[in-house]
Amino acid sequence: MSEPLLSVRGLNAWYGEGHALHGVDLDVFPGETVTLLGRNGVGKTTTLRAIMGLIRKRTGTATFDGRDLMRMPLHHVARAGIGFVPEERGIFSTLSVEENLNLPPVVAPGGMTPDEIFELFPNLKARRNSQGTKLSGGEQQMLAMARMLRTGVRMLLLDEPTEGLAPVIVQRIGEVLAELKARGMTILLVEQNFRFARRIADRFYLMEHGKITAGFPVAELDERMALLHDVLGV
Amino acid sequence: MTMIFGIPVQAFLGQLLVGLINGSFYAMLSLGLAVIFGMLKIINFAHGAQYMFGAFVGFLLLQWLNIGYWPALILAPLVVGVVGMAIERTMLSRLYSLDPLYGLLFTFGLALVIEGVFRYYYGVSGQPYAAPQALAGGTNLGFMFLPNYRGWVVFSSLVICLGTWLAIEKTRLGAYLRAATENPKLVQAFGVNVPVLLTLTYGLGSALAGLAGILAAPVYQVSPLMGSDLIIVVFAVVVVGGMGSILGAIVTGYVLGLAEGLTKVFYPEASNIVIFVIMAVVLLIRPAGLFGRDA
Repeated sequence: MSEPLLSVRGLNAWYGEGHALHGVDLDVFPGETVTLLGRNGVGKTTTLRAIMGLIRKRTGTATFDGRDLMRMPLHHVARAGIGFVPEERGIFSTLSVEENLNLPPVVAPGGMTPDEIFELFPNLKARRNSQGTKLSGGEQQMLAMARMLRTGVRMLLLDEPTEGLAPVIVQRIGEVLAELKARGMTILLVEQNFRFARRIADRFYLMEHGKITAGFPVAELDERMALLHDVLGV
Repeated sequence: MTMIFGIPVQAFLGQLLVGLINGSFYAMLSLGLAVIFGMLKIINFAHGAQYMFGAFVGFLLLQWLNIGYWPALILAPLVVGVVGMAIERTMLSRLYSLDPLYGLLFTFGLALVIEGVFRYYYGVSGQPYAAPQALAGGTNLGFMFLPNYRGWVVFSSLVICLGTWLAIEKTRLGAYLRAATENPKLVQAFGVNVPVLLTLTYGLGSALAGLAGILAAPVYQVSPLMGSDLIIVVFAVVVVGGMGSILGAIVTGYVLGLAEGLTKVFYPEASNIVIFVIMAVVLLIRPAGLFGRDA
């Protein structure tokens, strides 16, 4: 197997005095879709935010394409080729849909063109002049993903993209992620819904109490079902 | 003699013009304050001192280097903007993680220091600064006599305010500013160098104050106290417009300037307090201000 695109070792992170991550180890290889599973509050979102540098109180190592993320200023992480789609979507209310879409700077060639993006997300084209936060939850999620695709990033960190969305929208997001995967995008996905994630994920990591407790390929999902039910409480 | 509401039309329009000129300065200054507050969440109490500094830069350029009004119109905001950026980089940026009160106290102290320095060297009396020859005299509009320089101030203010508003609303840099006002961390996570954006924003806000200062120099004379006389009124304008609202700052600046002018016509005793009365009423009805986001 090739070298991992993203490699994290012994990642610890703190919110003030609260120790949230206790030595997270994970790898994501080029073109892979990896899903972080775990209950609320186990540190999935914190892991993504610590990798991005949104949480600065952290120790350990995190490299992307061989480059040390821990020493990078926050704005250099995106320029290195990582796009972050937060759980709260981060749509800007003072910007139109089109302005939201065009906001993140292009960091590398090879990003999708506006036409390709609108083909993938036709709803956004119809509402391009609307205020960003006037969109439905599903449309906001699509906008949050779409705006990173323009930029030419090589990897997406997606935080619970299906959270609170109707099944039909969840299905559409699944199709979009499958399309991105087919185009070779590397994805680290945080999800609680492993039934959704199994459609696109190559591997899973299971998180408990701020660390990774298991890692397995999608093919082993069925045989791990008892563990998942136990850990996720589903 | 033609009368409006029992007032001679010349007197009425004359006070309206005074109100419009004051409103022009209110709009330019509150615009800078709104830009800085919107992005940095700093209540820039040094804004009046920066306005005064702009006027003094023009005055000193003329005294020391014989550089006249037109070059000073570019150089004064440039100098004030660069000094503002240096202040932001070296001092103000250390306060972002603290309560906004620290920013207010720091800029208040900074204003006292800047004013103190100029008072030490120039006293409190105003220094004359002549309007440029090209704008000397006035124009008879038929119903009133308009001093050319005052017409220029109103025109410049409109262009500056409209230009700044367009830059913030219609350009990519403006989109970064608006987005960073809402969620600076996320904008930085997109790859935008937000710390540099903050420095540029403070520089822009300071430069706007400096530009207003050099425009004001021929109207009000150049005095170390010219900023502190104005800043409280400008804060009231920003509060009425809605803290951080660019459009609110501009519109409210002109409207309150005119309201002040009209009050001078009909009830001069109240002209010094009318803006604060309006502020109190607006705060009671719409605490976020007329153009504030929650309004």
